[in-house]
Amino acid sequence: MARLNVNPTRMEMKKLKARLDTARRGHKLLKDKSDEMIRRFSIIIRENKRLREEVEREISETLKQFSAARSVTPSYQAEAAFAMPSVSVYAECATGSVMGVEVPSVKADSIKRSDGLPYAYSEITSEADYSVERAAVLIPKMLELAETEKTTRMLAAEIERNKRRVNALEYVMIPQLEETIAYIKSKLDENERAAVVRLMKVKSNSNRQ
Amino acid sequence: MQGKIAIVGDGESITVFKAAGVAAFPAENEERAREIIRKAAKDYKVIFITEELARPLETFLKRFDEEPYPVILSVPSKNGSTGYGTETLKRAMERALGVDILFNN
Repeated sequence: MARLNVNPTRMEMKKLKARLDTARRGHKLLKDKSDEMIRRFSIIIRENKRLREEVEREISETLKQFSAARSVTPSYQAEAAFAMPSVSVYAECATGSVMGVEVPSVKADSIKRSDGLPYAYSEITSEADYSVERAAVLIPKMLELAETEKTTRMLAAEIERNKRRVNALEYVMIPQLEETIAYIKSKLDENERAAVVRLMKVKSNSNRQ
Repeated sequence: MQGKIAIVGDGESITVFKAAGVAAFPAENEERAREIIRKAAKDYKVIFITEELARPLETFLKRFDEEPYPVILSVPSKNGSTGYGTETLKRAMERALGVDILFNN
C-alpha cells in the first residue's frame, strides 16, 4: 500500500493519528449500518416476492377473464364501452425512510365512482363486470407491490454504495494511514538516534581535548 | 399528496385497468413506450408497464430508481408473466447481498 506523501514531522503524525481514529470510527459505523440495511432488505425482499407472485397471478387471471369477456362483444363496441371511465383512482403518495434512504410510500386513495361500472350493462357481458371489479380490487395491491419493489431497488443500490464505502475505508484508507504513521514514527526515531549519537560523538571529542 | 396512476402497454392488456380508473396509454412498441413514459414521468406518480415493454427499456427505466417518485412497476400483460419481475427481484438481491436467499437455484 502506498503511503501518503507527507513530511515526517510530529505535527503531521498527530494529524494523521486523528484521521485514523475518525476513519476507524466511521468504518465501524458504516459496517453496522450495512448490517442493519441487509437485515431490513432481506425482510422487504421476502415480502416483495410474496406480493409479486400474488399480483402476477391475479393480473394474469383478470386479464384472461377479461379477454374472454371481450371476445363475445364486437371490439368496436367494447372499445366504446371502456373508452370513458367514470371512475378514477389516485395514489396517496408520501415518502418514508428506510435507514436514511428516502423511499416512496403509496396507498390507494378512495376510489371515486359515480355509479359503479363505467359503462351501460347492455353493452357488455357480465363477465366483463367481474373482471373490471377485480381489477379495481387489484389496484391497491399493485400499488403496494410498486412501493415495495421500488424500496427494494433503492435499498439494494444504497447497500451497494455503502459496501463500497466500507471497503474503501477498510482496504485503502486505514492501511494507508497506518503505514504513513509507522513511516513517520520510524523516521522520527531515527532522527532521535542520530541526535543521540551526534551528542555522544561531540562529547567524546571534547573529552579528548 | 395525491398522485395519478398510469398504465402503459398493448391495447388489450390495459383496457380493463382503464375501466377501473387508471389512465391507460396504449404503446405498440418500446420506442413509443419510452416517449410516453418520458412525458408521463412528470405527471404520474405510479406507472405500470407491461413486462414485454419493460424488458427492452430496462436501462431507461433504471434512471427512475434514483428518486422515490415516479414509481415504475412492471406487470404481466395478457400473455401472462414472462418471469421478468422475478428476474429483476433476483438481480436486486444479488446486487445487495451477493447471495440468493429466496430462489435457491
